[in-house]
Amino acid sequence: MRRPWRLAAEVSALLIAVVVAFPLYWMVLSAFKPAGEIESSEPRPWTLTPSLDSFRRVFEQQEFGRYFLNSLIVAGCVVIASALIAFLAATAVTRFRFRFRTTLLIMFLVAQMVPVEALTIPLFFLMRDFGQLNTLGSLILPHIAFSLPFAIWMLRGFVKAVPEALEEAACIDGASRTRFLWQILFPLVLPGLVATSVFSFISTWNDFLFAKSFIISDTSQSTLPMALLVFYKPDDPDWGGVMAASTVMTIPVLVFFVLVQRRLVSGLGGAVKD
Amino acid sequence: MRSRVRERRGFARRSPRPFGRSSAIPWIYLAPALVVLGGLLVYPVYQLGLISFLEYTQAQVSGGEPATFQGFGNYAELFGDGEFWRVLLATVVFAAACVVSTLAVGCALAVLLTRVRAVPRLALMLAGLGAWATPAVTGSTVWLLLFDPDFGPVNRILGLGDHSWTYGRYSAFLLVLLEVVWCSFPFVMVTVYAGIRAVPAEVLEAAALDGASQWRIWRSVLAPMLRPILVVVTIQSVIWDFKVFTQIYVMTGGGGIAGQNLVLNVYAYQKAFASSQYSLGSAIGVVMLLILLAVTLVYLRLLRRQGEEL
Repeated sequence: MRRPWRLAAEVSALLIAVVVAFPLYWMVLSAFKPAGEIESSEPRPWTLTPSLDSFRRVFEQQEFGRYFLNSLIVAGCVVIASALIAFLAATAVTRFRFRFRTTLLIMFLVAQMVPVEALTIPLFFLMRDFGQLNTLGSLILPHIAFSLPFAIWMLRGFVKAVPEALEEAACIDGASRTRFLWQILFPLVLPGLVATSVFSFISTWNDFLFAKSFIISDTSQSTLPMALLVFYKPDDPDWGGVMAASTVMTIPVLVFFVLVQRRLVSGLGGAVKD
Repeated sequence: MRSRVRERRGFARRSPRPFGRSSAIPWIYLAPALVVLGGLLVYPVYQLGLISFLEYTQAQVSGGEPATFQGFGNYAELFGDGEFWRVLLATVVFAAACVVSTLAVGCALAVLLTRVRAVPRLALMLAGLGAWATPAVTGSTVWLLLFDPDFGPVNRILGLGDHSWTYGRYSAFLLVLLEVVWCSFPFVMVTVYAGIRAVPAEVLEAAALDGASQWRIWRSVLAPMLRPILVVVTIQSVIWDFKVFTQIYVMTGGGGIAGQNLVLNVYAYQKAFASSQYSLGSAIGVVMLLILLAVTLVYLRLLRRQGEEL
């Protein structure tokens, strides 16, 4: 490509990157600004006197640490459980031919479309009947179910990519089916599992509706999104508190993303190429 | 279609697997998934349908009165309500606007990514991943602060004074749309970028040697090769944007002034949990389910036309 064009493209890419990153920058900045500076009619894109007051307020005012832990527990359980279950199911639908296989695949696809939010009502009654309201289980179980269809659908491509010759070789060398599954196939599909778990992690970590609907009275079982909204009162939001809480809530996801970034890009490429 | 199914079975017979042919094994592998999905997805969907045909309010929830069968009564009430049609229209238009904007921004930036060297590419990629990773709740509150009439930087930069973005119906929807596009374009960008990178360089070189212009290369070479990916990201965007809940709920304070910014999802939630009309909320849920099911069928047809083997 001609030089001036490439330069223009690179400059605009950098500018767009700045615009896209700006809200995140503003979030962190506002979290560190002292109270007077956030609520000023002349917002400045820097602060000369960073303070930890907002963070202190967030961690003192509520059991924020506890909510953080709750969120971590819920997301961790969902990621691990859905990855294992989806791995088994994806293996079944890609490496075996059996009756109803295509029907099942279509069902998994259809299941992805189900509006999770619409199911809040029946799930609420289900959780109530099983005495699961106000427990972390009421958040973990539905999220496993809702991340499964997409995870299975995405893992399919990765499992399929493992050559069948490997399976034959393993069989000839006397490996049992279980051994092949966990010691050969599983490590090979791991990059795909990582890409998939990004989606289940995010949807669980971000979940707001279930937390709002199922954790109704026992606030010790609350998760982060609910805690955050305590600071956000529509009429008089504590912006410093909201931004500090938002920062604390966003950082784990960012870390997770940066860690899996390269696998995610190649993973998505692999899933769609197939 | 029948013949194709038969062909596939035939293919299966010709390529035997090394580990015996017990037909129980795949079902054992599938069992955990089927149990979880059956209990927490299929059963609730059935329940949702059931409740939508019952009279189900606070009295029935607490067990004070038995639930009575209403037939299509709830649906009649819903369809007779002008607000429902207004919300439905708003949802469709809003979702369509989100999908189109997200795809346009995502595809344009994916192409841009292929034209720049490593440093700007990494910068844009990281910024995009950051936006993608931001939880919907935090994204919503941050965008509210950015556009805050009193303390936000956007109004200062644009010189809008204390113009309130959430007061007017369209400007509130626009604000939510910006947030939705911001956090969902990276998925499109990364996926399409990965897809473009997977196109062999020789193909593009050959096209360039034959004298094809950039636009022609995109239209006649890249776009057809990327079609499967474009279908996937379009459908995923439709599904996600049709179901937007958190952004609307947080940014417009539960549906805007006098419910002006309601979308179906929030509408169903408000009906069920705010005014205890669980059966009406369920009926709205069923309507959403049917619309998304129709989208799925279109998706399946497109996949089949591409000849993709499931």
